[in-house]
Amino acid sequence: MSKIVEIRWHGRGGQGAKTAALLLADAAFNTGMYVQGFPEYGPERMGAPITAYNRISDERINIHSNIYTPNYVVVVDDTLLDSIDVTAGLDEGGAIIINTSKSADEIKPKLKGYGGKVFTIDARAISMETLGRYFPNTPMLGAVVKVSGFMPVEDFVSDMEGSFKHKFASKPQVIEGNMAALKRSVTEVVEL
Amino acid sequence: MSKIIPNDVKWRDISPGGIITDAGNSAEFKTGDWRSERPVWLTDKCKQCLLCYPTCPDTSIVIDEEGKRQDFDYDHCKGCGVCKQVCPFGAIEMKPEGGNN
Amino acid sequence: MRERLSGNEAVAVAMRQINPDVVAAFPITPSTEVPQYFASFVANGKVTTEFVPVESEHSAMSACIGAQAAGARTMTATSSAGLALMWEMLYIASSSRLPVTLAAVNRALSGPININNDHSDTMGARDSGWIQLYGETNQEAYDNFIQAVKIGEHKDIMLPVMDCFDGFITSHAVENIELIDDDKVKAFVGEYKPEFYLNNKKHPIAVGPLDLPIHYFEHKRLQAEAMRNAKKVILDVAAEFEAMTGRKYGLFEEYKMEDAEVAIVVLNSTAGTAKFVVDGLRERGVKAGLIKIRVYRPFPVEEIAAALSKVKAVAILDKADSFNAAGGPVFTDVTSAMYGRADGVKAISYIYGLGGRDVKSTDIELVYERLLSIVESGDIGEIYNYLGVRE
Repeated sequence: MSKIVEIRWHGRGGQGAKTAALLLADAAFNTGMYVQGFPEYGPERMGAPITAYNRISDERINIHSNIYTPNYVVVVDDTLLDSIDVTAGLDEGGAIIINTSKSADEIKPKLKGYGGKVFTIDARAISMETLGRYFPNTPMLGAVVKVSGFMPVEDFVSDMEGSFKHKFASKPQVIEGNMAALKRSVTEVVEL
Repeated sequence: MSKIIPNDVKWRDISPGGIITDAGNSAEFKTGDWRSERPVWLTDKCKQCLLCYPTCPDTSIVIDEEGKRQDFDYDHCKGCGVCKQVCPFGAIEMKPEGGNN
Repeated sequence: MRERLSGNEAVAVAMRQINPDVVAAFPITPSTEVPQYFASFVANGKVTTEFVPVESEHSAMSACIGAQAAGARTMTATSSAGLALMWEMLYIASSSRLPVTLAAVNRALSGPININNDHSDTMGARDSGWIQLYGETNQEAYDNFIQAVKIGEHKDIMLPVMDCFDGFITSHAVENIELIDDDKVKAFVGEYKPEFYLNNKKHPIAVGPLDLPIHYFEHKRLQAEAMRNAKKVILDVAAEFEAMTGRKYGLFEEYKMEDAEVAIVVLNSTAGTAKFVVDGLRERGVKAGLIKIRVYRPFPVEEIAAALSKVKAVAILDKADSFNAAGGPVFTDVTSAMYGRADGVKAISYIYGLGGRDVKSTDIELVYERLLSIVESGDIGEIYNYLGVRE
């Protein structure tokens, strides 16, 4: 693992990309690491493209700029591939993880010749089947932890259970669905 | 610190933030020398009706413990003459300060 | 206690630990979360504070002034236009010697309308008589807030204090932080025991009198003396804080300055990005250093000049323009400090990061490269510069 893992999230307002970045920071924090989780602030409207960031390191993190050369990029909505340069600055030794049900033939031409690894996950299907609604951020979290490997997947899953119990204390019925989504995501994320 | 901040106080000795550390200290500030005319209380005409008392803007009509008015507080009376105007019995006269009187 | 919190949450936690008598605040992005989190502490009975939801920032500061004058330990938070609306009352707080504590979450002062980070709000208030502390991280925002209370309330000071940190970059980013135990924070700040206060039945006083020319100047001179005294008290409080936490604070932080030939002077979160750049330059053998100002008011004139007297060239970075056609506010302060104390050191001004323009490590690298070329050529070139604006 390089000294700092940098992750950039691309999503749309309302899809929970910012929350996912904060949850990922939480999970990494709980394994003893130094973390940053922050969104890029602008007009926050439902559907507008948004960017969020994570830095994760085993040493103190000083840098406080946005992330321009990420190790990993997470795309929470595949329609963004047409409007946002999601692979900009992306480390060829890293990976991009895309929420899509589309085939490799459809996705790859949209990545501007990115030569690193490309992973996909059908977070919509997982979310609809486990939660009954479209909340893509939980499956995307599972996928990025699995792909980046900065922490053991088992530790992450058990830690998230604690986070969900805390976060959804007032609606415990959604904890089970979120846990199921998480567990499916780590097995269903595939490399193209 | 004296109750009134002297005009020649040095900065190290002045109260922080302009705090007035002794509340109600206006009695310490003598305004009697602002008078050009002086009210004189004519005890033989005064009926102790006390109409003068509440009109005085400087609380310079002294009332004793038995509720009877006494002579003026000339340390603070500015000589406005309102008391003379309200007196129904002509028991207050205004006389010029200083000069030959 | 190891935690991960946003800067706003960290400051709200500090407020909870201090449990002030009064908090009066009005919401404005990006400082809104501070009173928002704190209001939940009030609602949940975690504190005994009287929370005053006011109708404007002018009222917020007015309520703080009234409460503090009454003898209450008082706090608030604001940003940008909120601080601007407090302006008149900022002066009343400092001149009345009322040690209100304010979390100033830095945001641009419009226009055009902008909600993002720069320092134009607190830089404008730099001469309002408030002590100003600036912090790089959520940790420093938290630590400075706790120290601010003890500094402001010191009997030789009795001045209000602003705890300034970057909007969004620090206020909304979740990062690691070490929290201090509640009881230790309470013991550290102690009780607020002013010598004079309105609610003292045994010794009634009056505050805020008309002050005529015969006395006004003496009052201002005394106020200026309190600011002069503050430098020592800030260091004393920092030493006490270090004894409690192991975290060291000074008037400014010197990063790799021992043998530095080129240096940057900067405030707040950009200092972290600049440290990252300095580390990279040092690996390449470049003698680069950094000074991060923590205490901007009072300004550490002699100390800054001494620290810079050893370098060959320095760039002073301002996240606010003075519109004085001469350089940013930190630049003019630093260079006037250097006059007669660090003559011969070449100093240039960069205005950067206005209205939330992100400051990349490559931006900072450009500044060091410029300094190196000044050292090499001996030619200072343009003194008043902009960093990261499209030319």
